Amino acid sequence: MRFRARVFGDDINTDYIIASRRKRDSLDPQVLRQYLFEEIAPQFAAGIQAEDAIVAGKNFGCGSAMEVAVTAVLGAGIRAVLARSFSRTYYRNAVNNGLLPVICDTSRIHEGDRLRIAGGEVYNETTAETIVAEPLPQIMRAIIEAGGLVPYFRQHGDFPG
Amino acid sequence: MAGQTISEKILSAKSGKSAFAGDVVVCPVDCALGTDGSTPMAIDYFEAMGGARVLNPGSIVFALDHYAPAPSRHTAQLHQRMRHFAAAHGILLWDVGEGIGHQLVVETGRALPGGLAVGADSHAVMYGALNAFATGIGSSDLAAIFISGKIWLRVPESIRVTLTGQLPAGVYPKDIALALAKQLGADGAAYRALEFCGLPESPGATALDLEDRLVLSNLSVEMGAKNGIFAADEKTFAYLNGAEGDPQTPDADARYCREIEMDLDGLTPQIALPHSVDRVVEIGESPATAVQMVYLGTCTGGRVRDYRQALAVLKAGGGVAPGVQLVVAPASRTVLETLARDGTLAEFIAMGAVIGTPGCGSCCGTCGSIPGDNVNVISTANRNFKGRMGNGAASIYLASPASCAAAAVRGVIADPREFLR
Repeated sequence: MRFRARVFGDDINTDYIIASRRKRDSLDPQVLRQYLFEEIAPQFAAGIQAEDAIVAGKNFGCGSAMEVAVTAVLGAGIRAVLARSFSRTYYRNAVNNGLLPVICDTSRIHEGDRLRIAGGEVYNETTAETIVAEPLPQIMRAIIEAGGLVPYFRQHGDFPG
Repeated sequence: MAGQTISEKILSAKSGKSAFAGDVVVCPVDCALGTDGSTPMAIDYFEAMGGARVLNPGSIVFALDHYAPAPSRHTAQLHQRMRHFAAAHGILLWDVGEGIGHQLVVETGRALPGGLAVGADSHAVMYGALNAFATGIGSSDLAAIFISGKIWLRVPESIRVTLTGQLPAGVYPKDIALALAKQLGADGAAYRALEFCGLPESPGATALDLEDRLVLSNLSVEMGAKNGIFAADEKTFAYLNGAEGDPQTPDADARYCREIEMDLDGLTPQIALPHSVDRVVEIGESPATAVQMVYLGTCTGGRVRDYRQALAVLKAGGGVAPGVQLVVAPASRTVLETLARDGTLAEFIAMGAVIGTPGCGSCCGTCGSIPGDNVNVISTANRNFKGRMGNGAASIYLASPASCAAAAVRGVIADPREFLR
């Protein structure tokens, strides 16, 4: 999978990804996508291109557990988020919706860098650097590979064990 | 066998296998809360998953708390959808005005010692005060619980937080939590459990009343924690009217990834500055900032003792300063009723307070009092992100109920101890 890096800083909370008050009017990812990061990067939503991936520092998605913070990102066509660390609820929600969360050292990835993600590694084509990503536990890998918890449950009907 | 933390013990008992930090377990859920902020999406996921029947409706509760009362037609329809789903599947629903789901879960004894209680809302961590393993989940997780009654969880490493000594006058559990947030940072406990304890010779944490422990567990998520848990004791069982559950204590040789000690004797009132919960300073070091709105409420600071502590300061200081809007939004109807019975509510009304519907109110800007541009709010809430209360041009400060009341009296941020001498 190939991506273009869209870089954010540390501690990006879910209210910054999508404001709580926006989900008051609609839960439709196609509506919410136009308000992505409106509080901290007002130009971002209008400039999203195919292949964009979010690249952030530590604690991405902290704050609320609201799942629209994941579905609005997916609704904008973004398929992966790379961060030095995630808040655990954002990480969970990403896995459950098939948005690929990648935990890795993002400090040398810059805005616009071209990235390739494969086999537990991130290759930065712009800087010719390979970054090792943290492996996903088995159950999370199975859910992501199924495409999220909905296809996983349609397939299995239950969790293992 | 190696020793276990409280969290490892609960997840071992629930999953039926010996579980240690880093393991992934699948567990049956004892209690799951869905709110109007998360459940409509959960119903969508449930239907998309092919769900027809809710496996264990008795373990699920819904709360209409984020949009209470519904501020728009769209949110009113979300409520309608939840009411219909709850009725069709035999799920208990707390309607508008009953209060914040988290508060109702603990008030009604649904989170028990040793239990696994989750909520599709991040502040579900609050039930850890009752020795439950309690954590926030998403809407899709909630839908999977509707169908299977189960959840997968990665067993967290634990940070042991040893609190010793006694809180001085004018210093409250909120100050402990803010001081911890300052020390740990907003992600210092990410993926981890906070396990609160005292020492035999200086009980500290264990000397705290249940309402105070709830504050610490509630705010643990603001340090990124997966859960924030206490051992159960006589106070726990008394709060639960004698219900005991299956209490779990840590082994003496349990492994902790970090140890933090805090002496409460030396603690002072703290304040979180805009726009992050870990930007904490001693209230005396805060610049003398004028405030235009004072918010007393939320699942962190909307319980009976919070209002009594705030009222004591307000009375000592002679009421609310001109130009300050005081908002009172109790965490539940039971809290509101208690305040009405003992006269506290009448005193707030006489001081000109705006009384909000029990619920999440304007904490997350979904309804209730929204601050104007350039307004400084001081609040008993748990978050102060930019835009959190519905206006990105406002600034939110977080402090104890007494510190919020002191600011209401002065019209500027002030030390509550000035009023308690």
